Amino acid sequence: MSVVVWISTKEGAATKAGLEAASFAVALASGSPVTAVVAGELVGDGGLGAVGVGQVLHRAEGLQDSGQWARCVQAAMQQVGASVAVGGHDALGKAVAPRLAVRLGAGLVSGVTALPTGGVVRRNVFSGKAVADVQVRTEQVVYTLTPNAFGVQNGGGGAANVVPFAPEVGAAREVVTGFQAAGSAGQVPLPEAERVVSAGRGLRGPEHWGIVEELAEALHATTACSRPVADIGWRPHHEHVGQTGVTIRPNLYIAAGISGAIQHLAGVNQSKVIVVINTDPEAPFFKAADYGIVGDAFEVLPKLTAAAKALGM
Amino acid sequence: MKILVCISQSPDTTSRIAFTDGDTRFDANGVTYIVNPYDEWYALVRALELKEALGGEVTTVTVGPAASEQVIRKALAIGADDAVRIDAEPTDALQVARWIADYARGKGFDLVLAGKETIDHNGGMVPGMVAELLDMPYVASAAALEVTGGQATVRREAVGGTESLTVALPLVVSAAKGMAEQRIPNMRGIMAARTKPLETVAPAATEPATSVAKFTLPPAKGACRMVPADQPEELIRLLREEAKII
Repeated sequence: MSVVVWISTKEGAATKAGLEAASFAVALASGSPVTAVVAGELVGDGGLGAVGVGQVLHRAEGLQDSGQWARCVQAAMQQVGASVAVGGHDALGKAVAPRLAVRLGAGLVSGVTALPTGGVVRRNVFSGKAVADVQVRTEQVVYTLTPNAFGVQNGGGGAANVVPFAPEVGAAREVVTGFQAAGSAGQVPLPEAERVVSAGRGLRGPEHWGIVEELAEALHATTACSRPVADIGWRPHHEHVGQTGVTIRPNLYIAAGISGAIQHLAGVNQSKVIVVINTDPEAPFFKAADYGIVGDAFEVLPKLTAAAKALGM
Repeated sequence: MKILVCISQSPDTTSRIAFTDGDTRFDANGVTYIVNPYDEWYALVRALELKEALGGEVTTVTVGPAASEQVIRKALAIGADDAVRIDAEPTDALQVARWIADYARGKGFDLVLAGKETIDHNGGMVPGMVAELLDMPYVASAAALEVTGGQATVRREAVGGTESLTVALPLVVSAAKGMAEQRIPNMRGIMAARTKPLETVAPAATEPATSVAKFTLPPAKGACRMVPADQPEELIRLLREEAKII
């Protein structure tokens, strides 16, 4: 079963979400060819051969329009005779997948967390409080893959064969006029981050965030915050993790001075390991945590930073 | 400006999550329903702000059974002018999108707004499907939306940040945090909502492309392992040697 995967890129290389989607496509194809679709700047094969992609259809001109992207992926599927398309459940995938599914008349399962087994594919629902096994009733299928669920797999392949691709995609209606980077340079974007250090009102003011940033730096983690902290302007909104902010799924989530309201948990409860640091031993967050420290973040965080640095990470 | 806001009902965040009918359906027994927060706080409120600034009207559309009229009245109380309920219990996002697109087609909406996802199914796919079905541009997970003279300026989620776009109307936008602030309906709004028009529309026959075979609750989390506050280095050791994640 030939599979097409569309890839989000940054500075000519596939993003982590893109490499995960490609890894998922390779596993799904189980030996059949996998074709990646890339638009815009591409350096070499963008890192896609290493995860097992055989061919990259490369449109030299970048695409910003969800409709053009959907046409481009559809054209790639027609060219290689694929009935399955995969993308990351990232900004690009969320915009392209629904259009593509409608164009194909394909069943769409968004935010899958594992390969299909026994005719169903798994995704998280109810903000991580349940999982659903979804059955697809159509021959053609579109999947988007939740970041950090499948991982980047070593496909053992050499370089992918990069082939110029210029299908008819119609006119662009969504025109990008500017880009604003979120977070400090070098930090992994929150939805893709494998480690996250987060803090809440317990930090008592934005001037105290240095100890959070230092621990994040020592652990190569991305910083985040609770909703109240973003709402009162101590931290930018893009750092807010929780029900109405960003949903994350890191391997490690460290929360300092966050009590663990149910809305916050909804955004972080899919983390593999949760560490909670709070002065209040009754904080509800401890019930959802794997490791806990009852203590003052102002004392605990610098010591954690020192211990992490001592490991020479 | 004619604005259509897609409103979904979702279980209150604190609801007990349980399933029925052989774990194929959400058990609504005793559950309080709310307007899906992304639809209400961001999409609906921004639609009302745009109407207040530019004139026009705001219509809400909901796919759901008669019981969903309670959350529709809430949307009317917050300030929508009228509401449409498509009388159906959908199986998948494609059905919802087709019914919404069927309703909206040819009615001259300049803007179709929805939340970026619902807090129950977390799919986030209906707005983009509606855009494709109506052949409109689509901006997903937008944190800001301005409209001037037939043109929208939008800021949306992008890889590693946000990007600004200009898009001609009509278009579909899914709303994320930052687009607007929650509004609490006042008594006048609640009274007015009782008599605002709420039209019921029968759905056209359409087959779902996917269905849920089974819902499962995740295994309960084990007990939290406490580390003494004066030994944080022990936590780092556990994360490396026991959890093996650093």
